[in-house]
Amino acid sequence: MARYTPPVQSKFGQITDVIVLLLLTVGALYIPLWLGLAGSAKTANVPENPTWESLGQNPVMVEKWNQLGYADPASAAELITARFDYSFSIASLVVMIVVIVGYYAIMLKLSEKEYRDVIAEKFGESRS
Amino acid sequence: MAEFDITSKTMDGMGPHGTNVGLLRVLGPAHVWALGVGIVLVGEYMGWNIAVGKGGAYAALIACWFAGLLYSCVAMIDSEVTSTVAAAGGQYTQAKHIVGPLMAFNVGLYLVFAYTMLEAANAITVGFLIDTVAVMTGHEGLDQRPFIVLAIMFLAWLNYRGVLATLTFSLVITAIAFSAILILFFATSPIFGSDVLQHRALMTDLPYGWLGVLAAMHFGLWYYLGIEGTTQAAEEVRSPARALPFGTLAGIMTLLIAATLTWYVCVGLMPWEYLGQAGVPLFDAARLSGSTALMVLLGIGTLFATLASANGCINDASRAWFAMGRDHYLPSWFGAVHPVYRTPYRSIIFLVPIALIFALGAPLDQVITFSILSGLLEYTFMPINVIMFRRKWPLGSIKRGYQHPFHPVPAVVLLCLCGIAFFAVFLGYGTQLVAMISFYVIVSLWFHFRRYRYVRRAAQFTMPWPRPQGY
Repeated sequence: MARYTPPVQSKFGQITDVIVLLLLTVGALYIPLWLGLAGSAKTANVPENPTWESLGQNPVMVEKWNQLGYADPASAAELITARFDYSFSIASLVVMIVVIVGYYAIMLKLSEKEYRDVIAEKFGESRS
Repeated sequence: MAEFDITSKTMDGMGPHGTNVGLLRVLGPAHVWALGVGIVLVGEYMGWNIAVGKGGAYAALIACWFAGLLYSCVAMIDSEVTSTVAAAGGQYTQAKHIVGPLMAFNVGLYLVFAYTMLEAANAITVGFLIDTVAVMTGHEGLDQRPFIVLAIMFLAWLNYRGVLATLTFSLVITAIAFSAILILFFATSPIFGSDVLQHRALMTDLPYGWLGVLAAMHFGLWYYLGIEGTTQAAEEVRSPARALPFGTLAGIMTLLIAATLTWYVCVGLMPWEYLGQAGVPLFDAARLSGSTALMVLLGIGTLFATLASANGCINDASRAWFAMGRDHYLPSWFGAVHPVYRTPYRSIIFLVPIALIFALGAPLDQVITFSILSGLLEYTFMPINVIMFRRKWPLGSIKRGYQHPFHPVPAVVLLCLCGIAFFAVFLGYGTQLVAMISFYVIVSLWFHFRRYRYVRRAAQFTMPWPRPQGY
């Protein structure tokens, strides 16, 4: 197999590549944050005039809340009643599975193509 | 069998690449242990407790053990492959030789982002801890940002100056932070007559049922995330074949013990609703123990654990970035070694602002999730990697520093646990999961269709191995 000679990348090209990678990286985290889509699906259901009993706290728990600086039930109510929402649709689960499996499938397929070129150039064309 | 001795002292630095100035081989097994445990031990000091919030106290314990099983598989697989592919870049270099360039590029990015996000999370915790102490001493309204910047800049400087001093620093502060957990456990344990732990009154049923147990796996990974970073020191240890398996496996055992003790103490001292949302749970546990000495000790332990972790993260992320630069996967400018300190100094400096952007601008749970997802993608790659490694170079065809037993059982178990962990992340953080995968799909296409043209083909394969079977 003919040896592949890569082109020499200009300094401008190198800088451009780094900036592209940086933008993609920052975007991956910040775009969901900016769109308000990120974060846990967590909601608090605080009752009116909460008491330690209505929040399901026994005397030992109340003592611990007090030690942690929560002197009254109202101050701790939001923490105590916060719950994740784990409801999901089968469609969204299927989408997630397809995205993950598809990602690995694409990557392994393209990697295999590149890898065969590497091996062929390193060791010569396959004898079989 | 190839005549390549991975224990060779003459392969100092970047031996396989034949360059004159390389990384220094100065580290021993204790440094490898310190690198692995040092990165991860912070997981006992913060972050793991969100697993309690996602599923309750019992769910977090189950997640702790299943995540421990996942990481035991990771450590076994990693020990075999790394002790054979002993080069900077760790799993990145493994992927390059075993799976292919695009996979290697992705693995390199997993490593860089898992560690850089973990570093950012550590810096956020440093700021939060100092703010907590300031509030306790009557100084409310402290600006956390200067402490975050200072922590990252100081550790980057330390890494710039040399690997031996950096990891010796990590070794000392990791040992202190680990000792603090042991002391807290013994001081509060009923075995020694203490009665502060009140599991019976504080433990509740599973608040979300068994679905919560699955969901807790997400942050259960945080107990151990980063132990695989031991492989990044492969070019800088004196004896890779001995030090890497020993340091990695000793590290995972240390963490299993520390994780279980941490869970036991914390759930016996505070309500699960608080614990599930606490910023510095072990420090809170020490406060609730009623002992000022313990509170000070665990405050110092939290600070040291975060610094040790951030220190190791800078070390590992920069090695991975450096290795990709050296191979032209990234601009080759990053592949330089400092002429005096012999560290990948340009990579170290370049990653500082990225860590700062996330540490100063994103919520802690998002940053942790970003790190966990990158780690999870990497763990999913590992079983594929080891199965291909054994197929392409069966036992006996090349010299291995270590052979893990029961192949392919650890690989299959690891793949199944990764599937569960993906589902756990999906429960509550599905948007980040899709955003993250989308990012990797886009950069993969960018690499394959643009960046790869600058990469020499055969030069990527640097190990003196025979042709892989089937090619």
